[in-house]
Amino acid sequence: MAIALKSSCFFQVKKPEAGFPVYFSSKKAIIWVKRNTPVAAIRTMETVGLSETFSRLKKQGKVAFIPYITAGDPDLSTTAEALKVLDSCGSDIIELGVPYSDPLADGPVIQAAATRSLARGTNFNAIISMLKEVTPQLSCPVALFSYYNPILKRGTDKFMSTIRDSGVHGLVVPDVPLEETEILRTEAKKNGIELVLLTTPTTPIDRMKAIVDAAEGFVYLVSSVGVTGARASVSDKVQALLQEIKEATSKPVAVGFGISKPEHVEQVAGWGADGVIVGSAMVKILGDAKSPQEGLKELENFTRSLKSALP
Amino acid sequence: MEDRTKQDSEETNGSSVLSHRPDSFGRYGRFGGKYVPETLMHAITELEAAFHSLAHDEAFQKELGGILRDYVGRESPLYFAERLTEHYRRGDGEGPHVYLKREDLNHTGAHKINNAVAQALLAKRLGKKRVIAETGAGQHGVATATVCARFGLECVVYMGAQDMERQSLNVFRMRLLGAEVRAVHSGTATLKDATSEAIRDWVTNVETTHYILGSVAGPHPYPMMVREFQAVIGKETRKQALEKWGGKPDILVACVGGGSNAMGLFHEFIDDKDVRLIGVEAAGLGLESGKHAATLTKGEIGVLHGAMSYLLQDDDGQIIEPHSISAGLDYPGVGPEHSFLKDVGRAEYYSVTDEEALEAFKRLSQLEGIIPALETSHALAYLEKLCPTLPNGTKVVVNCSGRGDKDVQTASKYFNV
Repeated sequence: MAIALKSSCFFQVKKPEAGFPVYFSSKKAIIWVKRNTPVAAIRTMETVGLSETFSRLKKQGKVAFIPYITAGDPDLSTTAEALKVLDSCGSDIIELGVPYSDPLADGPVIQAAATRSLARGTNFNAIISMLKEVTPQLSCPVALFSYYNPILKRGTDKFMSTIRDSGVHGLVVPDVPLEETEILRTEAKKNGIELVLLTTPTTPIDRMKAIVDAAEGFVYLVSSVGVTGARASVSDKVQALLQEIKEATSKPVAVGFGISKPEHVEQVAGWGADGVIVGSAMVKILGDAKSPQEGLKELENFTRSLKSALP
Repeated sequence: MEDRTKQDSEETNGSSVLSHRPDSFGRYGRFGGKYVPETLMHAITELEAAFHSLAHDEAFQKELGGILRDYVGRESPLYFAERLTEHYRRGDGEGPHVYLKREDLNHTGAHKINNAVAQALLAKRLGKKRVIAETGAGQHGVATATVCARFGLECVVYMGAQDMERQSLNVFRMRLLGAEVRAVHSGTATLKDATSEAIRDWVTNVETTHYILGSVAGPHPYPMMVREFQAVIGKETRKQALEKWGGKPDILVACVGGGSNAMGLFHEFIDDKDVRLIGVEAAGLGLESGKHAATLTKGEIGVLHGAMSYLLQDDDGQIIEPHSISAGLDYPGVGPEHSFLKDVGRAEYYSVTDEEALEAFKRLSQLEGIIPALETSHALAYLEKLCPTLPNGTKVVVNCSGRGDKDVQTASKYFNV
C-alpha cells in the first residue's frame, strides 16, 4: 500500500486505505490515520526494502521502474536533488552508482560520469553524508551500485553498516561473481542489506539457478552481452531468458543494461519482467545538461515518459 | 605447459604449501580469484578447461614446441656476462658471476612472445577468430600482433594514448603486422586503462573473441596459464646451469611489473629453497615521491582487473596512477602469485628508481654490447646493491627479458648521447 499511485511529481498524497497511514512523500512525515480518528500521531516513515517493494507492486499488477544515476555527477547536491526528483516522479527503487576509477563493467557514458565525479573530489564519505540527509525524504528504497575494491578497502563489514546507517537498502557489485560473494552476502545479511546478483545471456542454466537462489532483493538480468550503455533495441533473447529465470525462481527479476527508451521498457515489461533498470540514458541527461537545473528538469520529463510506458 | 597430472600427484604427496597453487578457484593463499562481471564467467571457465585439456594434448604440445623452436628461436642462451661480472669484482678479486637469460633474443625481442604464441594456438583450438590484447610498452602488443599475423587471426590491441606516444616505434610495428591499435584515452591513458578497455571489449565480444592477456595478472586462469607458458624460461635455465657449471643458480633476478618474466624464471625453482628469488619493481621518481609503480613494496591489498593482489590505491579504494619511465612496469597492480610469494617470504622484492634503471641501461650497453629494455634495466640496476653483498662465485641469473631498441628515444632525452 505504500507504493500507491505515483503519477504526479514532487508533492502528492498517496491514497489512504482504511486504517493505514497517509503519506506525504516529499516530507516523509506520516499522518497516522486510525479508524474514526483523523490524526493520531506523526512519525517518520519506514521505507521498505527491495523485495518488499516488488511484492507490493506485484499485488497492484505493476512493474518497478528503477533508474540509475552516478553519485557526484555533476556534483553531489545535484545528485541529492536528482534522487528527490526520481522518487517523486514515481521511481520504485533508485540505483545510485558509487564512482570508481576503473569501472570495467561500464560503457563510455557511465565511465565518463565517474571520471568527472572523481575529478570533482567526490568521495565515499561525502556520498554517505548526502544519503543520510536525503534518504529520509525518499519514499522509495535506494540500492548502491559499487565495484568491489572500494568496499574491500573500507572493510566489508564496515561498508555494510555504513551504508545501512545512511538509509540504503540494497547493493549491486558488478565485478563479484557468485563464487566470490560469500563474505559480501554474510555481511549484507547481518546489516539488512539486500545483495542483488546478476545473471547474463552467457550464464549457463545451472549457474543461473545457483545465482537466483542466492540473490536477494531481486534478480538482475543483464539484457545484453556487454557493458552498460544505451542500445538501439533490446535483444529478443531476453524474453526466453526471463522465462527460464521465472521457471527457476519466484523472486522478482529486473532487466537492465542497454534499456533507454519508452519502447524498451514497454517491451521488457510485456515479456514479464518485474522491473526495468535504465542507467546510461539517465546519466547522459545529467552529464550533457547545460546546467544542473536543466538536467533535473529533463530528468523529470524523461522519467515520466519511461514511467508512463509501464503498467 | 606443465603436466597437470604429474603436478597434481606431487601436490598430493608433497608437504609444501608452495606447490598447492593456485587452488581450484585460482587462489594463491588469499590472492588471485576471479573478480569479473558475470558475463565473462562462462568464458573463463571454458578457457580453463581448454587449458587443462591441451596440457595432455600431444599434438598441441608438439605444435607449440615446434613453433617455439623454429619461429620464436628457443632455446634462448644463458650468457655469461663477463665484463659485467668484472664490473662487480671487488678489490680482493672476489665477486659473484653474472649470467643473463637472453629472452631479448627471442623473435620480437622479448619474453612476451612465449605466452602469445601459446595463447594464439589456444584461441585457434577454441575456435575464436578474433584476438584482443592490452599493451603497455608495446612488447606484448607486438608479440600478439605477430602471432595473429602468423596464425591468420584478427587482432585488436588496446594501448593507452600516453603509451602510444612514448612507444611510437611499437605502434608502427603492430600496425605493420596488420593489427588495429586502439588508443585508450580514459583514466590515465596507460596500461591500467588499456587493460580495462580490453576487458570491456571481451565482455562485449566474448562469444567470438579470445583475450590474450600478457601478464600473470587478471582473473584465473590467466595468472596460472601465463605462468605455465612462460615457465619455459626457468626450465631452460635449470638445464643450462647444469650444463655450464653443474649446479643451480644461487640467485634469480627479474623485473616485476605485472610479473610474467619473473614468474617464468622463478616458477621452476620455487621448491628449490636454496635458490633466492628477487623481483625488482619500479620506484619511479622515488618511493617517497608518490610517483612510482612499486606495488609490492608500497601497495595495499585490493581487487583490480579480476584478481586480488597488492595495489596502489587511495583511502577510498580508488586506483592511483603509477609512474615509471618504463611503460611496461607502469602498472598499479601485480600478479597475485607475486603477492603470495612476498607474503610467505619465498621471494624478495625491491625497487629501483628511473635514474638507477637508466644507469643500468647504459652500463649493459657499454659493458656487454647489449641494449636492454628499460623494464629489464630495473633488474640489472639492482645488481649494484646486490652484488657487493654476495660471496665469491655466487651464480646470479638475471632475466634479460627484452631488448631496448624501443626505448632509445626515451633514453636519449636523459642522456646527451
